[in-house]
Amino acid sequence: MWTAIIVTAVGAYLLKLAGLSIPGSVLEHPLVHRVADLMPVALLAALVAVQVFSTGSELTVDARTAGLAVAVLALLARAPFIVVVLAAALTAALLRLL
Amino acid sequence: MTAAPTHRTIVRDGIAVGIATGAYGISFGAISVAAGLTVLQTCALSLLVFTGASQFALVGVIAAGGSPMSGAVTALLLGTRNTLYGLRLAPLLAWSGWRRAGAAQLVIDESTAMSLTRDTREAARVGFLSTGIAVFTLWNLATLGGALAGEALGDPRTYGLDAAVGAAFLALLWPRLRDRRNQVTAVLAVALALSLVPVAAAGVPVLAAALVALGVGLATRLMQDPTEIPERDDLPSGGEHE
Repeated sequence: MWTAIIVTAVGAYLLKLAGLSIPGSVLEHPLVHRVADLMPVALLAALVAVQVFSTGSELTVDARTAGLAVAVLALLARAPFIVVVLAAALTAALLRLL
Repeated sequence: MTAAPTHRTIVRDGIAVGIATGAYGISFGAISVAAGLTVLQTCALSLLVFTGASQFALVGVIAAGGSPMSGAVTALLLGTRNTLYGLRLAPLLAWSGWRRAGAAQLVIDESTAMSLTRDTREAARVGFLSTGIAVFTLWNLATLGGALAGEALGDPRTYGLDAAVGAAFLALLWPRLRDRRNQVTAVLAVALALSLVPVAAAGVPVLAAALVALGVGLATRLMQDPTEIPERDDLPSGGEHE
């Protein structure tokens, strides 16, 4: 675990420093910008899906699905981040009590 | 905000953004401990990695049963965003040597958004530093608080903390879903990731989604959207988080 933390820390810092140090023209290609814009969208969407709909190597629908549905409602109502997260957690926790 | 904000109002805005990110820090601390990391490992991530979405990704992959290294690769793919921010900031801040080395750690969504909008180098530097330092301080304090609270709670499933992880990712993704190309990317990424869950090792489904970003990026290069405003679309607005 510590190895992964150090690798991430060093890598994340070098990525930041590279932006401040590399001459702009090197990465000023539209394709680079587009892929970099799309990267967080693709990874976050995949993280949501895997986090909510899988357990190990199985696809599952359980209390987390209800939590996500409530999170969507909270986001549509423009609730702040902490409210979205708490509402999802509370929904799942209450469902498991039933 | 007035047309020419004083340094004082810029600093005040920076502190306000820092306080807002405190809420994310508490969530991160609690979720990280729930994923099985220790309080020390959780705090090390916030101090050393210091870029929210990457940190959430690392602990999210581990929570889903992936290996720490596949989590690290996912985190670094998300961190490439900061390189582009740095490219925009470099000519504006114009720091070199140890100042640049120190400033690099503070290159994140918030500090970028709060300095790119300034008219002068001086104002940009004040915006960058005040936001960066405020977020760094409060993000780390909040992480510690969240981690300690998460540890005190015990089994995370009882409190639905496993459901909180998905909600946190969705909240980070949400502001980007207004754009049609991003919507298509998100749907394809979900489909690919879920189809790989039964057959691939944990951690791989999320990493594979990076291919979707590459694919959609290449595809839209061929059919350029004339309404695209390339200077703006990779930057979050003021209060938004990464």
